[in-house]
Amino acid sequence: MAVNFMKYKWLFFSISLLVLIPGVFSLIKYGLRLSIDFTGGTLLEIQTPAADFKKIASDQNLELSSVVSSSDNTYLLRFKHLDATGSAAFKAAIGPDVVEKRFESVGPVVGAELARRAVMAVGLASLAIIAYIAWSFRAIPKPYSSWKFGASAVVALLHDVLVVVGLFALFGHVYHVEIDALFVTALLTVIGFSVHDTIVVFDRVRENLPKMPRKTFSQVVDFSLTETLVRSLNTSLTVILTLTALLVFGGESTRWFVVALLIGITSGTYSSIFNAAPLLVLWESKQK
Amino acid sequence: MVIVLAVIFNLPQTLTVAGKTFYRPVIDFSLLGRRFSRSLDLKLGLDLSGGTHLVYQADTSALPELDRPKAVEATRTNIERRVNLLGVSEPLIQTAKVGTDYRLIVELAGVTDVNQATSLIGQTAQLDFRLAKVATPSSEADFATTGLTGSDLRSAQVQFDNQKGASQPVVGIEFSPEGTKKFADITSKNIGRQLAIFLDNLLVMNPTINSAITDGRGVISGNFAVDEAKKLVIQLNAGALPLPIKIIEQRNIGATLGSDSIHKSLVAAAVGLVIVWIFMIVNYGLKGLLADIALVVYILMSLAVIRFIPITLTLAGITGFILSVGMAVDANILIFERMKEELRWGRPLKAALELGFLRAWTSVRDSNASSLITAGLLFWLGTGPVRGFALTLIVGILVSLFTAITVTRSLLRLVYGR
Repeated sequence: MAVNFMKYKWLFFSISLLVLIPGVFSLIKYGLRLSIDFTGGTLLEIQTPAADFKKIASDQNLELSSVVSSSDNTYLLRFKHLDATGSAAFKAAIGPDVVEKRFESVGPVVGAELARRAVMAVGLASLAIIAYIAWSFRAIPKPYSSWKFGASAVVALLHDVLVVVGLFALFGHVYHVEIDALFVTALLTVIGFSVHDTIVVFDRVRENLPKMPRKTFSQVVDFSLTETLVRSLNTSLTVILTLTALLVFGGESTRWFVVALLIGITSGTYSSIFNAAPLLVLWESKQK
Repeated sequence: MVIVLAVIFNLPQTLTVAGKTFYRPVIDFSLLGRRFSRSLDLKLGLDLSGGTHLVYQADTSALPELDRPKAVEATRTNIERRVNLLGVSEPLIQTAKVGTDYRLIVELAGVTDVNQATSLIGQTAQLDFRLAKVATPSSEADFATTGLTGSDLRSAQVQFDNQKGASQPVVGIEFSPEGTKKFADITSKNIGRQLAIFLDNLLVMNPTINSAITDGRGVISGNFAVDEAKKLVIQLNAGALPLPIKIIEQRNIGATLGSDSIHKSLVAAAVGLVIVWIFMIVNYGLKGLLADIALVVYILMSLAVIRFIPITLTLAGITGFILSVGMAVDANILIFERMKEELRWGRPLKAALELGFLRAWTSVRDSNASSLITAGLLFWLGTGPVRGFALTLIVGILVSLFTAITVTRSLLRLVYGR
C-alpha cells in the first residue's frame, strides 16, 4: 500500500543538505562569478591565431581581466571597459587574421539594474506563488491551513534556487562559469517548475484529506505521495529528457543555461516529494 | 463535439500551410478602419540573425522635465532616419525610461560593423538651407549652399495658416539673431526661388520664397498633412537641438554564431521530440500515441501563434520552446495516470476516461497557473531576450493546455467512444 515516506523524512532532509552544503560553502567562500551583464564591462570573442593578448592590451593601456580559449582558435576576452574604437585598435594590433564573433559592452548602470530586477523577480515570484496556493487551497478542511501549503511549497522552491545558485558558485570556481541574464531566466523557470511538481502532490493531499478522516495527516500525505509518485516522476522525466537532448545536441552558448535548468528541475522534483511534503507534515503535526 | 472536431481537423491543415513558406498566406485586411497585417514570417532575434544591439543614454539634464519626453522622441526619430541610411531591414529603435533616465535602444539585424553603426548614429544632425540654382531642381547638384544652418535656428513649431483655412498646418521657424540677419539677406535677394531644407544632406522640403523676411520668423508652407508638419518640426528641432547621447551598452553578434546555434537547436528539438514520443508510447500505449498527435498539433499551433503575434525568436526563446515540448505532455501524463487509477478502482473504461480529465483538472490548472505566474513576472521584469523567452513560455503553456486537454480528449473519444 502506502510507502512510509515520513519515516525517512530526516534522511531526505540530510540528502538535501549534502547537496546544499558544498554549494552554500562555495557561495560564501568564492561568491558568484558575475558576467558583464551584471558588473558592466566588455566581452570580445575573436577567432585568431594565438597571440599574447595580455601584452597587446597593456601596450594599449587596456584592462584585460581574463582570457578564455575555446575550440577553433577562438578566444573570449574580458575587459573592464572597451569601446568600439578601442576594440578596433586592439584587433588591428593582434594581426590581420582576426575574425570578430561577438562584441558586448555593458555599462555599470545597466548591470546594477539587472541585478536588482533579478532579485526582485525571484522575491515577487515566491510571494505570488504563496498567495496563489493559499487561495487555490482555501477550501482545505480545518484545522489545516492553506497558507502552510503555500509556505511549504515556497520553502521547497527556495531550496531549489539555493541548490542551483550554490552549485553554480562551485562551477564558477571550478569551470569559470558565469552568472548572466540567461541564468536568472533559468532560475525563474525552475521556480515555476518546482511548484508545478509540489502542486501535483498537494492537490492529491487536498483530495484525500476529506476521504480519510480516521488517518493521521502524516498517513494521508504518505498515501498521496505513493499515489502520485509515478506521475510526478513521469512529468519531470519528459522535461529532463528534452533538456538532456538540448544539453547533448544544443549549441555552446546555451549550454550552462540548460545545465541550470536541468539541475533545478531535478532538484524541483526531489524537493516536492521529499522536502515540501515532509515539511508540511512537520508543520501541521506540531499544531496538535 | 462535431464543432470541436471540425476545429481540430481544420487547424492543423491551415497551420501546416503556415509552416511552409511558399503556401503561406499574408494576413492583410481592414477592420473598423484599422489595418491589420501580418507577414507571418518567423522573426529572428539578433543572437540568431547576427547584428548589433546598442543602448544609448540620453543626457536630458539641460532640459526642464516637461520637455524631456519630446526631446527624446525627437532624438529617436532622428536616429531612425540615420539608421535607414544603413539599409537595415526592419531596424528597431525604441525609447525606454528607467527611473529618471531616458534610454534609446537600437537593434540592427545583419549589421556587424559596430563602428559604422555607432558613428552614423552618434553624429549630430546637419541641418542647412540651400538655394535652388534652377527652376526645377532634380538632384543635389542643383542646389547651392547658403551658409545658413541648423545652428542658426532657435526653434520650429506647427502652426495653422488662417488665410488658407484653419485646417491647413504650416511649420513656423524662428532664427537666432545671427540667423535672422542671414535669413533676411538670403530671402530679400532671392524672392521667387526655392530655398531647400536639407537634413544630413537629404532633401526634406524645398519651399518657394514668397517675400523677404527680416523678423527672423519664417513659415514653411507646403501642402502638409498635420502628421507631416509635426514630423518636420521634430526633425528641425532635432537638427537644431540634438540631445547628447552616450553608449552604455553594445552587443555585436556574428552571423556564423547565430546560424550555428539555430542548426544545433533544431537537431536538439528533433531529438527531444522523438524521445518524448517514444516515452509516451512506451508508457501509455495507444493513449500515448494520441497524446503524441496532440503534441504535433501543439507544436504547429504554437509556431502559428509565434508567427502571428509576432514573437521575436531568440536562442533563449527556442530553448524555452523546446522545454515547453517536454512540459506540454505534462497535462496528458497527469490525466492518463488519473485514468489508470480510476480503472484500478473499478470504473468502466468510458467513465474512467471522462473522470480522468475531470479530476486531473485541478492539479493541471494549479500547476500551470504557477508556471504562468513566474513567466508573467519574467516578462514584466525582464529585458530583451528574457522577455522573448517568457513570452514563448506563456504561449507554450496556454497552447499546451488547449491541445493536451481539448485535442487529446476529442481523439480519445473518437477512438474509444464507439
